[in-house]
Amino acid sequence: MHKLYNNNLLAPGHTACRGCGEALGARLVLNAAGPKTIVTNATGCLEVFSTRYPQSAWEVPWIHSLFENSAAVASGVAAALKSMGREDEARVIAQGGDGGTADIGLQALSGTLERGDDVLYVCYDNEAYMNTGVQRSGLTPPGAHTTTSPVGKVSIGNKTNKKDLPSIVAAHHIPYMATASVGFPADLQRKVKKAVSIKGPKYIQVFVPCPLGWGSDPALTIKIAKLIVETALFPLYEKEDGKLTSLRKLVKRKPVSEYFKLQKRFAHLFKTEEGKREMERIQAIADKNAEEYGLTSKPKAP
Amino acid sequence: MSIEVFIYPGTSVENKTGSWRVFWPKYLHDKCIGCGNCVTFCPEGCVAGKGRGREATYEADMDFCKGCGICAEECPVNDIEMVREEV
Amino acid sequence: MFAAIEGSLAVAEAVKRCKPDVVSAYPITPQTHIIEELAKMIANGELKAEYVNVESEHSAASVVLGASATGARAYTATTSQGLLLMVEVLYCIAGLRLPVVLGAANRAVSAPINIWNDFQDTMAARDTGWIQLYAENNQEASDLHIQAYKIAENKDVRLPVMVCMDGYLITHSIEPVRIPSKEEVDKFLPSYRPEHCLTTKEPLTFGYLMGSEGYMETRYLIHEAMENAKGVIEDVAKDFSSVFGRFCGGLVEEYRLDNAQFVFVSMGTMVGVIKEAVDALRTEGKKVGALKIRSFRPFPKEAVIKALKGAAGVMVIEKDVSLGSAGALALEVKDTLYGLKKMPKVKGYIAGLGGREVLNETIVKALTLFDSDVKEPVFLDLKESVEGRKYA
Repeated sequence: MHKLYNNNLLAPGHTACRGCGEALGARLVLNAAGPKTIVTNATGCLEVFSTRYPQSAWEVPWIHSLFENSAAVASGVAAALKSMGREDEARVIAQGGDGGTADIGLQALSGTLERGDDVLYVCYDNEAYMNTGVQRSGLTPPGAHTTTSPVGKVSIGNKTNKKDLPSIVAAHHIPYMATASVGFPADLQRKVKKAVSIKGPKYIQVFVPCPLGWGSDPALTIKIAKLIVETALFPLYEKEDGKLTSLRKLVKRKPVSEYFKLQKRFAHLFKTEEGKREMERIQAIADKNAEEYGLTSKPKAP
Repeated sequence: MSIEVFIYPGTSVENKTGSWRVFWPKYLHDKCIGCGNCVTFCPEGCVAGKGRGREATYEADMDFCKGCGICAEECPVNDIEMVREEV
Repeated sequence: MFAAIEGSLAVAEAVKRCKPDVVSAYPITPQTHIIEELAKMIANGELKAEYVNVESEHSAASVVLGASATGARAYTATTSQGLLLMVEVLYCIAGLRLPVVLGAANRAVSAPINIWNDFQDTMAARDTGWIQLYAENNQEASDLHIQAYKIAENKDVRLPVMVCMDGYLITHSIEPVRIPSKEEVDKFLPSYRPEHCLTTKEPLTFGYLMGSEGYMETRYLIHEAMENAKGVIEDVAKDFSSVFGRFCGGLVEEYRLDNAQFVFVSMGTMVGVIKEAVDALRTEGKKVGALKIRSFRPFPKEAVIKALKGAAGVMVIEKDVSLGSAGALALEVKDTLYGLKKMPKVKGYIAGLGGREVLNETIVKALTLFDSDVKEPVFLDLKESVEGRKYA
């Protein structure tokens, strides 16, 4: 085997955009999982920027076939390893973006989780279909401008709430699930290590900013990935066998406006009365999250 | 022309994405506390080094660094400066 | 062992002896008996394999894709809407050059919903890069499954194989079948050892992004493998014959083509009806014969030319239709014969859609209508209510 570049299992030279949260997320996940891993990947940015023929950025066995079947392909890999007595050879990680996981791939994900297949599914959530040019997905948050939920004279952007995918996953009563953010890499990597140590289906949803799609400064990827957690819009937690086993508490909860102001996709919310009302509504979602999860008290006004 | 259904691991290193750069991260090696944020947070994984202060060796590999500025932003002691590339 | 057995069970017995590592399928009529039997064999420990119960045919195909890419021998079965749902994955399985075998219990497609036999489902998958073999009876359905793995795994082919068998007419019909012994199959079919697969020993990347610089070449290579498959299908049939003592395979089957002026061309169980019609017409002194297309993909142009070049008329009767054009098989036959110095006249007929019974009279009618000016494709046995129209 050739020498790894900086001991990374995702090599550089990939063509992710500057400041890509997903590229960072995938590198952190793979490095935590280790070389004894077989990866299946959904169609999307991650697949495209890492496997442009004849070059691959992957240092682990990796396969992509379609948009919606990463979980099912992973189930096939796991079944083959088991059937051929190669279970100890590798863990299986299925990867997909938010669209490939929460929308088109939801059925296959549910199948893998429900069957109890020995697969870790990692959803890289950047809240829209970025590979095709920033279209709205089921995980696009309310108020966000995307190319298919555009801001217009009679529209303040995406009208729907972000699908509560972690709760859908939780309803499968799997042994391990977690949410994570690239803003907290040690937390993310700890969760990946834990997940791959457990037999059966596991799920981790990683929040990964997309500077190009969100209209944010590439340098601020980490800052934004921290802020969403600190606003309580994306609580970080772990559930083992259905029980909440860890929760990232917030010392000082920040208002959602602080998170929004760094991203052009929310810029319109600051400009009109209707936008401000929408921002208040979203703040209420964050407040509810904070209360439900017991994250912290109400944030102080900026 | 022979085309296999697979390609080889880690071969993306042949693609030098450093040419994308508009700003480059100048590692000052002055106040560095060796926290490793620059290594951890690099989306390319192209930062490596060790030590602290004047002894620090952290550098971004200019073959791959796209100049996103995350390392400079996340450096807790402002020991990395983004400098415009000369054309 | 010789037994009167349902087609589905004969197929399951054959698949069991091929020792797949992974079986994954989603239930759909009339494929169910095959997968139920395999599930039972696995549950009883007769077959050591993982059975993956999926939530859709799309996932069934994806599971066997993943399993095959990991180096496992994999099997799935489906039909009709299930096959249509799989089509997206079928292209990938072929594109990744994975030797998956799929049993297709041919059935009509919606709407209206209809569970009975025709070939519209597999015809919709004809361009996926899968080899398609069509069985005439239970014995062929069983034997072709065993040959399918050997064809698919041949290093000059490396393409998935779809064994197409008429829903109900094969899957639910009881016929005497020679069940192969384990020893025979072991002798015939070596265990599957791919050169490259998903393994940490060699961390390769499969399913890459390919631009215009090479995509066309990947398509050419599949086409070339299809061409290679023509020879391999014939060789495998010969190997099969030497181990099992019966010839049951190959690209085509000629039936009473000696001095035949008019030749029926068809696939699947309809060929059985045609053979009987040919026998009856021969006793009346009519110089007719039949050509069975067993391999639709690759399409055996050379064998078809050899079989049909002396004929005056060719009647292609098939259970599918490319709506707005003609039957898929008729188009192939016409394309194949076009440009021959003495090109036979070819007429295309559509019959048996949605389980409409194809009788001796149906076949005779095709011959009767051969010189008529009824517009092609000729829909045989259309009901009175729509008859009198220009197509039949």
